[in-house]
Amino acid sequence: MTATDAQRTINAVFRIESPRLIAGLTRIVRDVGLAEELAQDALVAALERWPESGIPDTPGAWLMATAKHRAIDQLRRGKRLERKHEQLGHEIELQQELAAPDLEAAIDDNVGDDLLRLVFISCHPVLSTEARVALTLRLLGGLTTEEIARAFLVPEPTIAQRIVRAKRTLAEARVPFEVPRGAELAARLSSVLQVIYLVFNEGYAATAGDDWTRPALCEDALRLGRILAELVPQEPEVHGLVALMEIQASRLRARTGPSGEPILLLDQNRARWDHVLIRRGLSALARAEALGGARGPYALQAAIAACHARARTAEETDWARIAALYGALVELMPSPVVELNRAVAVSMAFGPAAGLELVDALLSEPSLQGYHLLPSVRGDLLAKLGRFDEARTELERAASLARNARERAMLLERAAACARGSAAP
Amino acid sequence: MKFMILVKANKNSEAGELPSEELLAAMGKYNEELVKAGVLIAGEGLHPSSKGVRVRFSGGKTTVIDGPFTETKELLAGFWLWDVASKEEAIEWVKRMPNPMDTESEIEIRQVFSTEDFAPSDPTGELRAAEERLRAQVEKKP
Repeated sequence: MTATDAQRTINAVFRIESPRLIAGLTRIVRDVGLAEELAQDALVAALERWPESGIPDTPGAWLMATAKHRAIDQLRRGKRLERKHEQLGHEIELQQELAAPDLEAAIDDNVGDDLLRLVFISCHPVLSTEARVALTLRLLGGLTTEEIARAFLVPEPTIAQRIVRAKRTLAEARVPFEVPRGAELAARLSSVLQVIYLVFNEGYAATAGDDWTRPALCEDALRLGRILAELVPQEPEVHGLVALMEIQASRLRARTGPSGEPILLLDQNRARWDHVLIRRGLSALARAEALGGARGPYALQAAIAACHARARTAEETDWARIAALYGALVELMPSPVVELNRAVAVSMAFGPAAGLELVDALLSEPSLQGYHLLPSVRGDLLAKLGRFDEARTELERAASLARNARERAMLLERAAACARGSAAP
Repeated sequence: MKFMILVKANKNSEAGELPSEELLAAMGKYNEELVKAGVLIAGEGLHPSSKGVRVRFSGGKTTVIDGPFTETKELLAGFWLWDVASKEEAIEWVKRMPNPMDTESEIEIRQVFSTEDFAPSDPTGELRAAEERLRAQVEKKP
């Protein structure tokens, strides 16, 4: 094995082990920043020793033992570890923990709770969303600072700073280290799900470009979601989010054309959808629904995505069901964009006049004023009703609000078709 | 990155012998670890090649050939599909697997082609600009 091969292998081992390692250390030292430093020290030691000695049979245990030795060293030298624990009165406990051998069984018992603790700390509401995203990807996703920076198209020092500040904020806010339970867990969960979905969207919303790390972000988010689903299997919205991500990810290969142009869902070649992911998404959705209770926003969005996923062709789409699901969603997420999507579904299910009524009710919405999809949808509905002059005006207006040249061209084509007195371009 | 993990056959798997209780339990536990790590996408065992069939394509014609097939070590007994960050991670996970056979065995790791591999180019930089605007849009999404 060459030096770089050995390094890559050790980094891969670390990537697999580091969330549990950091999680376990966090429980012991009660300081996530210190836990990460100790874990990094263990990695450095591994990079020094393993190329010669080979990778140990249980690398996780080796890393944990090494990290604990470093912690004991720090304790002896009277560093911050001791001061902090004197404050908390944990000093004796701490020494015992650090001296205790790592029994396989004990590690297993603690792992789920440790990881959950780390999840909730990384996504603590006292942190900004940006900080939560960076910290979660670093501590739980095992991404390096450089990988995170590349994924978000931001300089590496910016991410490094963000993570340093996040750890300081957590320390200063003295966030408690107990894992939330019951009602508190359900309440804190929404900020965790928000972080995961944000990472997913960062990868998904990127149209095809030359930056190959972007679709990888969808995979990072999916892995985090799947891990969370096993940690809190009793929470339906976690399964809902996983279902939504699996189904959306199933369309990644079909979303762009040969010259990179985006292809709308209804125009996509469904043979290019990943049906393994669709099956996984439908199965996650079933898990959410089996838990009973009213569907939350992620489960609803997943159910809408599932309607599309189940239709073998665009023509077979169950629009009435989608319209009903949007109706439920808008109650939970009363947003004009969701209402606009509902209007589209209603028009597909019950005819353009029904859809137009709903769209017209949105015309005075302040947040939709510069949104090209409002006049675009309205224009399409008017055209279907044979009101071609009005349709053309709307589509030209939509073109003026379009976000890029390709979109503008498509809208102008549709407007021109209306001038010719037909609904189709 | 996605990888197919291919379990090569041996004469016992070809004879349709089921794995021992112990191995089933160990594999069960291993699969659980894969699920808990968010890595497992799919995984199945395959019936022996005596139940299988090959279709050969030649000069516009097809020929159907019944199993069993003789080159045991080139046959498959099962597969997984995994979602990991690198080939080294896939290798590391395979090393942690209990030996899937009660004899010497072999696992092959193959990367699956993905969108990135087929990513079209962005000659005018317009797609990248659109990306930036889309990102602003996503940040405003409900």
